[in-house]
Amino acid sequence: MKTITIHRVLSILVVLATVVLWQGCKPKAPGSVTTGDAASQAYVAPGKYDEFYNVVSGGFNGQMSIYGLPSGRLFRIIPVFSQFPENGWGYSEETKPMLNTSHGFVPWDDLHHISLSVTKGEHDGRWAFGNANNTPRVARVDMKTFKTVEILELPNSGGNHSSPFITENSEYIVAGTRFSVPVGDNTDVPISSFKENFKGYISFISIDPADGGMKIAFQLKTPGVSFDLARAGKGPSHGWFFFSTYNTEQAYTLLEVNASQKDKDFIMAVNWKKAEEYIKAGKGTTSKAKYAHNVWDESTHTGVSTIMDEVLQLDPAELKDIIYFIPCPKSPHGCDTDPTGQYIVGSGKLAALIPVFSFAKIQAAIANKDFEGEFAGIPVIKYEAALHGEVKKPGLGPLHTEFDNNGNAYTSFFVSSEIVKWNVKTLEILDRVPTYYSIGHLSVPGGPTSKPHGKYVVAYNKITKDRYLPTGPELTQSAQLYDISGDKMKLILDFPTTGEPHYAESIPASLVMPNSTKIYKIEDNKHPYASLGEGMTKVERKGKEVHVYMTAIRSHLTPDNIEGVKLGDEVFFHVTNLEQDWDVPHGFAVKGANNAEILIMPGETSTLKWKPLSTGVFPFYCTDFCSALHQEMQGYIRVSPAGSNVPIKFSTGKIEDQAGGAGQ
Amino acid sequence: MKKVLLPILTMLAFSCSQPATNTETAAAAEASGAGQSAVKDDVSQQDVVHIAVNSPDHTTLVTALKTAEYVDVLSNAGPFTVFAPTNAAFDKLPAGTVESLLKPESKEALRNILEYHVYVGVLTENMLQDGMSLNQVNLDNVKIGKKDGKITVNGANVLGSARGSNGIVYIIDAVLLPPDKK
Repeated sequence: MKTITIHRVLSILVVLATVVLWQGCKPKAPGSVTTGDAASQAYVAPGKYDEFYNVVSGGFNGQMSIYGLPSGRLFRIIPVFSQFPENGWGYSEETKPMLNTSHGFVPWDDLHHISLSVTKGEHDGRWAFGNANNTPRVARVDMKTFKTVEILELPNSGGNHSSPFITENSEYIVAGTRFSVPVGDNTDVPISSFKENFKGYISFISIDPADGGMKIAFQLKTPGVSFDLARAGKGPSHGWFFFSTYNTEQAYTLLEVNASQKDKDFIMAVNWKKAEEYIKAGKGTTSKAKYAHNVWDESTHTGVSTIMDEVLQLDPAELKDIIYFIPCPKSPHGCDTDPTGQYIVGSGKLAALIPVFSFAKIQAAIANKDFEGEFAGIPVIKYEAALHGEVKKPGLGPLHTEFDNNGNAYTSFFVSSEIVKWNVKTLEILDRVPTYYSIGHLSVPGGPTSKPHGKYVVAYNKITKDRYLPTGPELTQSAQLYDISGDKMKLILDFPTTGEPHYAESIPASLVMPNSTKIYKIEDNKHPYASLGEGMTKVERKGKEVHVYMTAIRSHLTPDNIEGVKLGDEVFFHVTNLEQDWDVPHGFAVKGANNAEILIMPGETSTLKWKPLSTGVFPFYCTDFCSALHQEMQGYIRVSPAGSNVPIKFSTGKIEDQAGGAGQ
Repeated sequence: MKKVLLPILTMLAFSCSQPATNTETAAAAEASGAGQSAVKDDVSQQDVVHIAVNSPDHTTLVTALKTAEYVDVLSNAGPFTVFAPTNAAFDKLPAGTVESLLKPESKEALRNILEYHVYVGVLTENMLQDGMSLNQVNLDNVKIGKKDGKITVNGANVLGSARGSNGIVYIIDAVLLPPDKK
């Protein structure tokens, strides 16, 4: 062990020395690398629209955010896996079920990757999928409403990192576990029994082509390694999926050292069409599993959570020809297929080269059984037999690769803080640009599709340091936009991002903008507590629950005087926004509520629960500046002692003390 | 109250609305440099301005609103109560009055008259009471009458009403003239 440690230290020193040399070559003044017309290229004049929607993962904020490209302007944060007090996501009664899991209500997660739905390998503008890295889940966002409409939990997973990458016609998104974990009836096992008891699982989640509905079609029981990233095949490789793996050492402690022992880990190639054949032939086994499936109903404006109890599994160690391993240098991270579907780029994050595998060669190697052996009962294809070639000395710490429409690849290098452009066929390095600093993911519009839109590449950086005005120890994450329309990449914009972006995709505005929902039609509102007009508002007591059927319209709440609530009651404000006008939400909040506000879109009903803890008169008001009389949009609710006989009473515009002159 | 006017107005409003133009490409698409009245939206309920614009009985009023540059103002979030005189109501004014008001030098006088027709707040019929005094945008008061279900404002008859997204329009048969300033 000692010699191994010394070797590690030595190799780290070598890397550090190389980094220092590299830094010496970097331009000294970042500002000087932009050219004169750079600003005009990223400038979108007032009133003009951006060319692309940039859908960006929020990382540790658990959300997705929507930017415009090339301007870098932030348009929206879409709450997905994390509560969002700004609009009540995860706080309102309707949205709480969306965050339900087999572990109960989970208020936060870590969203890493975006997949936009595709048809025939090209963006269709229907849905955006995201993954939850901590409590394993996938989510679907509707690109008409920019709202999270479905969340599916993944059983037998320890952390859903290798997700939610998508097949050519949105048949499946995948979910590969980052942590292998013990599964089955007895999971209370020693951690040191990893090799014996820990398993990795890959879920294939089918997407209903009509409505996008997600379902775990099957799980593949795979050896106990860590799955990192993945990409589907396309064109000739459609029907296959490629996953990067690390920790094939099967370490369970100090992975920093112990998962970097081998000179090669694996790319795992999955023939999912073969898996479908086995399922048709009845070779799948149904296993018990507990996981939540949460679906948003747009007509009731309510999420419904269902706990599922079984999942279909296949064991590729027994069912041959589903999976094969391909050796790939040093803990591969990115595993990216080019637009033609012929090449798979593995990015060993500790490697000083980029191997590019050939799908045709992989097929030939499988046909010829050109294997170097087996790993956990799975054939391992010979490295050279699968290899198209290697990009030599590209940079340090390759992570991810995106593609343009001209046969070029763009690889991000974390350690050397740069993007390197190279040709997929010739493997020749064409250009390199610095990023500021330590780039993680990168994104070319349409980069993962069969027909990239090209034009730009965005660097999503991990380290910000001195790029912007400092804000104490915690800084925003920096992104840079490069023009890639010419031979040389050109930095044209530097913009801050929210959360901690990992992967992102960009889609032409023309595929999304015409479908954007403006209002929810009030006549389609089937919420059980909706008031479809002011005449339908009321206050009802059901035991210790008081239900307020309330409406909001410019510029009053109905009812706005409520009495008869008693200490010990739970009050449910069911607020229906009667507006049928684009961009006129109303909000609702009540003093002292141990809760957030709710924002209610036109035609929607949303419910805020409030349990008063003291007697008195409590103000409530509209929280979204809706009109010139927004400030007047307010009311009172009276809370009386538990035993009081104050009756339920509610009104709006009723003045009881006319004689005293109030309201005159 | 002639309720029949409401459906007619609504029909007119919809029949005159612009067809959706989905042919625009993202590159060519741009928000108009004009104000809120130019927002392309064929889904939302019509605002008070579009109700007037789409009514053949209110062309004079619309011309006056345009001349006074009040179209964008009344496309705002509101909330508004607008008393909308018909073309016939304007015709009842002494000959030459409208022409004179539409001249550039009369802009302030025109604005004063138009502002006398607008109240900030949505007053539905059931909120209007006989003898109620409303302080209008120009800071002068109008007097509401309500007898046997018939509503008047400064004696002008309310012929019908139409609900817009940002307020309510009462159609009236006379132009409301603000009191002379002393």
